[in-house]
Amino acid sequence: MTAPVETQKLARDWISRSNRVRLWEIALWVIAVAAIFLLPSKLLILTEITILAIFALSLDLILGYAGIVSLGHTAFFGLGAYAAGILARDYVSEPVTGLIFAGFISGLFGFATSFLVLRGSDLTRLMTTFGVAMLLAEVANQAAWLTGGADGLSGIMLTPILGLFEFDLFGRNGYVYALVVLAVLTFIARRLVHSPYGLSLKALKLNPRRSAMIGISATRRIVAIYTLSAVYAGMAGALLAQTTSFVSPDVLAFHRSAEVLLVLVIGGTGYLYGGVVGAIIFTLLRDWLSVVTPQYWMFWIGLILIALVLIGRERLTRWPALLNRKATTRAATQLAEEPR
Amino acid sequence: MLTILFDGIAYGMLLFVLACGLSITLGLMNFVNLAHGAFAMAGGYVTVIMMNRYGLSFYWCLPAAFLVSATVGAILERLLYRPLYKASHLDQVLFSIGIVFMAIAGVDYFMGGQQQLINLPPELKGRFDFLGIGIGRYRLFIIVLCAFLVVTLQLALTKTRFGSQLRAAVDDGRVARGLGVNVSLVFSLTFALGSGLAGLGGALGTDLLGLDPNFPLKFLIYFMIVVTVGGTSSISGPFLAALLLGIADVAGKYYVPQLGAFIIYALMVLVLILRPHGLFSREGGR
Amino acid sequence: MTHALETRNLSKRFGSLVATNDVSLSVAKGARHALIGPNGAGKTTLINLLTGVLTPSSGQILLEGEDITATPAHHRVGRGLSRTFQINQLFADFTPLEALMLAIGEREGQGSMAWKPLSKNHAIIDEAASLLDRFRLTDALSTPTKLLPYGKQRLLEIALAIAARPRVLLLDEPAAGVPEEERHEVLGIVRALPADVTVVLIEHDMDLVFSFADRISVLVAGGLFKEGTVEEISHDPQVKAIYLGEDA
Repeated sequence: MTAPVETQKLARDWISRSNRVRLWEIALWVIAVAAIFLLPSKLLILTEITILAIFALSLDLILGYAGIVSLGHTAFFGLGAYAAGILARDYVSEPVTGLIFAGFISGLFGFATSFLVLRGSDLTRLMTTFGVAMLLAEVANQAAWLTGGADGLSGIMLTPILGLFEFDLFGRNGYVYALVVLAVLTFIARRLVHSPYGLSLKALKLNPRRSAMIGISATRRIVAIYTLSAVYAGMAGALLAQTTSFVSPDVLAFHRSAEVLLVLVIGGTGYLYGGVVGAIIFTLLRDWLSVVTPQYWMFWIGLILIALVLIGRERLTRWPALLNRKATTRAATQLAEEPR
Repeated sequence: MLTILFDGIAYGMLLFVLACGLSITLGLMNFVNLAHGAFAMAGGYVTVIMMNRYGLSFYWCLPAAFLVSATVGAILERLLYRPLYKASHLDQVLFSIGIVFMAIAGVDYFMGGQQQLINLPPELKGRFDFLGIGIGRYRLFIIVLCAFLVVTLQLALTKTRFGSQLRAAVDDGRVARGLGVNVSLVFSLTFALGSGLAGLGGALGTDLLGLDPNFPLKFLIYFMIVVTVGGTSSISGPFLAALLLGIADVAGKYYVPQLGAFIIYALMVLVLILRPHGLFSREGGR
Repeated sequence: MTHALETRNLSKRFGSLVATNDVSLSVAKGARHALIGPNGAGKTTLINLLTGVLTPSSGQILLEGEDITATPAHHRVGRGLSRTFQINQLFADFTPLEALMLAIGEREGQGSMAWKPLSKNHAIIDEAASLLDRFRLTDALSTPTKLLPYGKQRLLEIALAIAARPRVLLLDEPAAGVPEEERHEVLGIVRALPADVTVVLIEHDMDLVFSFADRISVLVAGGLFKEGTVEEISHDPQVKAIYLGEDA
């Protein structure tokens, strides 16, 4: 059956348009690069933001695209940090090697534990992810001979990145390094979510019943994205270890898992840049609040979380949708009530 | 050996009283309330304040802890939890983590971050030997009290009108509503009861578990284990799970202290792999 | 001759409730087979068993002569068994175009391709476009499903099942809840399905059943009560008493 050429054209146009690089995306990257020159004194905090953005991006892959709520995502972050740290301390001190090694180790662990998030309800997933992170924290704490235990892992000496760029005191090369990693990972993720695979992930999140009736086998898709997400988180952890030359046992603590959830939720899930936006807002907020009330940062995170939920995440983080959809659709969104 | 068993039972019973409220909120409202430990902590701090600041008797602290936590629970349920029953689990998780964080920071602000100690009444201190088993008086007290609570709870659930309404609401909220059960009121009362029990557990646990602002996070995993392993369809499931957990934890810490909490987490993950709906749940496979 | 779809002594029990009771059903290739029965007769349960949403307590299911009783739901789709749901099961945030591309992509085994952008998949886009045309969804191409009027959603529900190119299609009350003025659109689509596709239809609308089906099976209380041609069933006094009389 041949469709009228018009519909085909309409369809092709719409699909390419939804895949197009948007103006605000470009602006974001331009600003990120410009910051190297414009904010030379803020590069350390910018590095921190970038690492947090990668970590949140990794969570977005499973939460925003596959709908898996994780309470222990920091397991992969921490594992990556330790992997990179130990590698640099004892064997290879070149950062990119460490980055890849950390991604590999975390990915391996993500693959192994992905089978735990396949089955059961949200609650079971919450529990298993939480449990796995606690387990790992306990292991890191007990295996002091390897990890430094409660004192943290120190003695990380790094050679220049790829043998060319040395970590400088101002954190300039560190920031560029982290930014390049973020850019590469975002590019890969972007490619992925606009592929048939990405579409099937969103389908599994939106309606698992129907997905099965279309012939989607959930298992392999979820295992794959969970593993990739673990790789991302592990790389974020590695960057932290490398740019700070230290791994604190805190990288596996529960509050990190909660924080990364908060970061992603502030920025909005399911459009890849939520992590970046969230990381910027979160870090600035934390810096500002810790000047105002140094000790009770936790109180404010708590308050933000509660406010965010009660006011409604969708309402607060609708802006990406506004940027993406055409005005007509937007009007329709507000008018129509949602079925079910 | 038997002493460890005894201590484990005491510990497990305490865990049950702490966690059973959570099992009810989960089963009844399908609400993932990670802030449950905050109510327990409230009970603990009520005890500390009453005993250490005002010199009141430990025995008065227990009902007070129950009442304060229940009241706080009831108020929060009405104001904050209620709008979220229909929200996604992610929202519930974020919200209740928010509550935990605020509770931790708040307690830290008012009470300081140090470990709180209380002085138990003399008759509850020490141990005595019974048939060669070393029995801690306070642990015996806990066992007796918790056993009494468990029996009361079980009777209340099976024999009273409120209990049957609650069970009806758990089984199918819509049908229960159709039968004229005020499900919303049942929710509120149950939430208050669960919070109150947690508060009581927190009060009882001040001496046994320790109390500092991190209590809600430190014991969250234990509560969650009790609920996930025990399932949410009855109280006997969580009760057995709590006992097992208590015994396993005490025994683990005694025999292989170098592994720390490792065993517990590993066991939980294992159970969740094998039986995603809990060891003692009725649903079994699906 | 092998049947397109066959069940042998199929039963499903929920505790003490027997939802499907010893059903042995044969659907010939290319048939237009209707399943009717009063509410609660177990029609949807039967569909759920056939498609693998539920696991039978006992009995067998055969698709084109092959036992699929233990085949997981998503594999049955690949074997040519597709269905629609009585209550729409759609992807609320997807546009019809995305949903159809998803279904077509999965059929073509491209669902795990993670590197090739959707926009480069011209064959899939074009096929989705032709389905959109056929189901009169062209205007709704870029509107998120949740914003579509119910009738359009219903059409999409059927289009998704068709996109899998089934050899056996199970339609669970395709016209249910569709407003009168959009009804003919849905029914037209159902009638226009290619002749070589075997269709099993669950429907309450007797006019539709009688005009569409060539064979009818009547389910009562989970069991197969009667089976026959339209002629036989529409004149059967017992069926009239149990089903038609009750429903009228």
